[in-house]
Amino acid sequence: MKFKTAVTGLALGAALAVSATAAVQAKELKFAFQGTLTSWDPYRLNETFTLGTMGNVYEGLIHRKPNMVIEPGLAVSWEIMEPTRWRFHLRKGVKFHNGNDFNADDVVFSATRVRAEGSDLKTRISADTKAIKVDDYTVDFVSDNPNPIIFSEWGTWNIIDKEWATANNAVTPQNVGGTEENYLTRHANGTGPFIMVSHEAGVKTTFKPNPNYWGKKQHNLTSVTYTPIGQDATRVAALLSGQVNMAYPVPVQDQARVNAASNASVLIGPELRTIFIGMDQFRDELLHSSVKGKNPLKDKRVREAVFHAIDIKAIQKKVMRNLSEPSSLMIAPSLTPISKDHYPRRAFDPAKSKSLLAAAGYPNGFEIGLDCPNDRYVNDEAICTAASAMLAKVGIKVKLLAQPKAKFFPKVLAPNLDYSMYLLGWTPGSLEAGNVLRDLFYCPRASKGEALWAKESRNKVGKGKFNIGGYCNPALDALTDKILSETNMKMRDEMITKAMGITVDDAAYVPLHQQALAWGVAKGVHVKQRGDNVFDWRYVMID
Amino acid sequence: MIALIIRRSYQSVVVMLVVALLAFTMFRYVGDPVSMMVGQDTSLEQREAMRVSLGLKDPVPVQFARFVMNTAQGEFGISYQLGRPVAEILSERVPATLELSLVAALFAMLVGIPMGVYTALHPQKWLSKAFLTISLVGISLPTFLIGILLILFFGVLLNWLPTFGRGEVVMLGGWSTGFLSGSGVKSLLMPAFTLGMFQLTLIMRLVRSEMMEVLLTDYIKFARARGLSNKAVNFGHALKNTLVPVITITGLQIGNIVAFATITESVFQWPGVGLMFIQAIGLVDIPIMSAYLVLVALFFVIINLIVDILYHVVDPRLRVDGSGAHG
Repeated sequence: MKFKTAVTGLALGAALAVSATAAVQAKELKFAFQGTLTSWDPYRLNETFTLGTMGNVYEGLIHRKPNMVIEPGLAVSWEIMEPTRWRFHLRKGVKFHNGNDFNADDVVFSATRVRAEGSDLKTRISADTKAIKVDDYTVDFVSDNPNPIIFSEWGTWNIIDKEWATANNAVTPQNVGGTEENYLTRHANGTGPFIMVSHEAGVKTTFKPNPNYWGKKQHNLTSVTYTPIGQDATRVAALLSGQVNMAYPVPVQDQARVNAASNASVLIGPELRTIFIGMDQFRDELLHSSVKGKNPLKDKRVREAVFHAIDIKAIQKKVMRNLSEPSSLMIAPSLTPISKDHYPRRAFDPAKSKSLLAAAGYPNGFEIGLDCPNDRYVNDEAICTAASAMLAKVGIKVKLLAQPKAKFFPKVLAPNLDYSMYLLGWTPGSLEAGNVLRDLFYCPRASKGEALWAKESRNKVGKGKFNIGGYCNPALDALTDKILSETNMKMRDEMITKAMGITVDDAAYVPLHQQALAWGVAKGVHVKQRGDNVFDWRYVMID
Repeated sequence: MIALIIRRSYQSVVVMLVVALLAFTMFRYVGDPVSMMVGQDTSLEQREAMRVSLGLKDPVPVQFARFVMNTAQGEFGISYQLGRPVAEILSERVPATLELSLVAALFAMLVGIPMGVYTALHPQKWLSKAFLTISLVGISLPTFLIGILLILFFGVLLNWLPTFGRGEVVMLGGWSTGFLSGSGVKSLLMPAFTLGMFQLTLIMRLVRSEMMEVLLTDYIKFARARGLSNKAVNFGHALKNTLVPVITITGLQIGNIVAFATITESVFQWPGVGLMFIQAIGLVDIPIMSAYLVLVALFFVIINLIVDILYHVVDPRLRVDGSGAHG
């Protein structure tokens, strides 16, 4: 009897010792981000942080590596059967967090749900594409037109368990204006390397590793906690005090302080987003301007004059504190086949700018408005202030209006288009040039022959819906159409190079730079930074 | 007394309607909720359809009438961003704000009143002068600056106190409390101090000036002449008569504490309704913003009512006046 108790005691002691060592070795990732994760429905909001965070819990058919290169995710391989038919072979033996098997039914279900009413990710798969189950682990995607990059955005098209969503009455995403909470808003059930444990929107979300994850384990975490901290100073203080061991973004003005601290440093990397100035080229009379009866920005010489007036080196050095990469194209160099110096930037040359203005008939310049967000991009308002001062030197007097993004976007974007020049940033969702050519350069009109941004059909504009400047070059449109359906990658790359050349030549926009990413990371925490600012925990190691 | 409450309730309804109108007018200028609800790929047609289904395209009077009707029934709708009933979110977030406000108010009163009494009784002592100097700092430094300085000193430099959040919370029924855990109490110190600092200086200065005035009155001189002890004179007679204006101001300040909590909460990432409001403004989440404003207005109205009733309890003259009006 006594012996038995002693053995039990020993066993208990051993168990306690084991759990004690486990506690010592707890590797907790605690990170803070400036924004809020509002809903856990994978199709509710098409936004980088939301989808990036979900990518740790849910998975798509493909996965983007830290260098953005595509690797197999829930699909092991894919091939083109015929130009309009893609075949995807699914991974076997994968289970959702609730234990359900992953199979073709889930993919077909997700393909329907992602295009259902209430989804914000409808463009992940074009409306005409049909997802057809071939067998339990093979799915075909058949579309009307060939699509060479059908899967480019599927890294964030997260696959949902059909049985689970059906059982919880969440076959479609929550309808806008609806009155009921959707089950998926606060529940998650993916196949990914982490399991969501609790979620209080705007307060805290906690996760634990998925012990049954199909892939190779590349992290050593025991738990993950995410806290949204909106105030820059508070977020930096949380990192420096050790309460979180990763915080992003770190504002430009605090980076030296973080680097000077003994327990943290700033990880800098180029972001994929391109910041640029757009110009009204479609109105016959410019808004917010002293010029009446005509639109000077329709004249290419005036647009070039604006370009030559911008001292991008000064912006890089003084405003961005060297945390930016000046750009000559409307897309980050890593996303195009075009070499960085293939199309050089128009040089900073105020004298040339003045002579161009004089040649265009504005020797004394003119007045113009510039709309700018003040809480969207790194130092956005400061960039606009600097640009305004530079334009003033060549005679273009800028009335700057910088306001919060909640006010800025509805003012500038369609259907209002209330601006004469504006500052905006763009990351192509598909991470390649086709999207840029389609969304930023395509003539914005509902049908050929119609006026650009015609008032009555503004909301029907599909291609070119973010071409709010109304730049239009039919030859480029024809080329873009070819690019969007060319399946030969080499020919596609050649056409992209040519198309980008046209946009540079036309001075359609004034691209400024790609801003830098700044992640505050505690000593002893090793992370992989992705160019689209997505934080993928599966690569996090803590010493 | 009941007549008073009924009369006040009528006035409160008018106040609430005015607040609703102001709030509603404000929402027309905070931005477009739809552009905050969708990503860049959503087509312009879908955006327009969303505006229609949210009722943003209806005529303004229709929208306002709907807003008032729903609010009157306690129906705040579904949050645009969080996709959950606003009432539910509010009830989760209110405990954090109330606990913080309560501690801040208690701190302001329990420290502020003795400090005021002391500085009134001993105006020439160096400690009084020190109190007054500190109070000047408290009244002139903005709340967020005090908060950030505290964070830098106690959080980052000394590493004694947590820099953000509520720490561990314990659920008691539907109420989440931070009082029952070590980290919860530690987390409460800096935000409560930051929030209570301004009120503390206000109460202290108010008590001081009222008390100094009362100390010069004849009945105090008479009480001293009667040979009453200092304690009885200072606390039994002087302080008691000082308290009427102090109750008014303190009562109104409790409303202010809750309203001011937005700043403190966002500096300390304190997960209360104030932080929720700030987050909602950034995302143009109108249902949450309107619910918060109505809630704060209601809070003010109730506090005012309580203050009025307390007046009648503390000051016998008002009771006479009240019955006179009826007679």
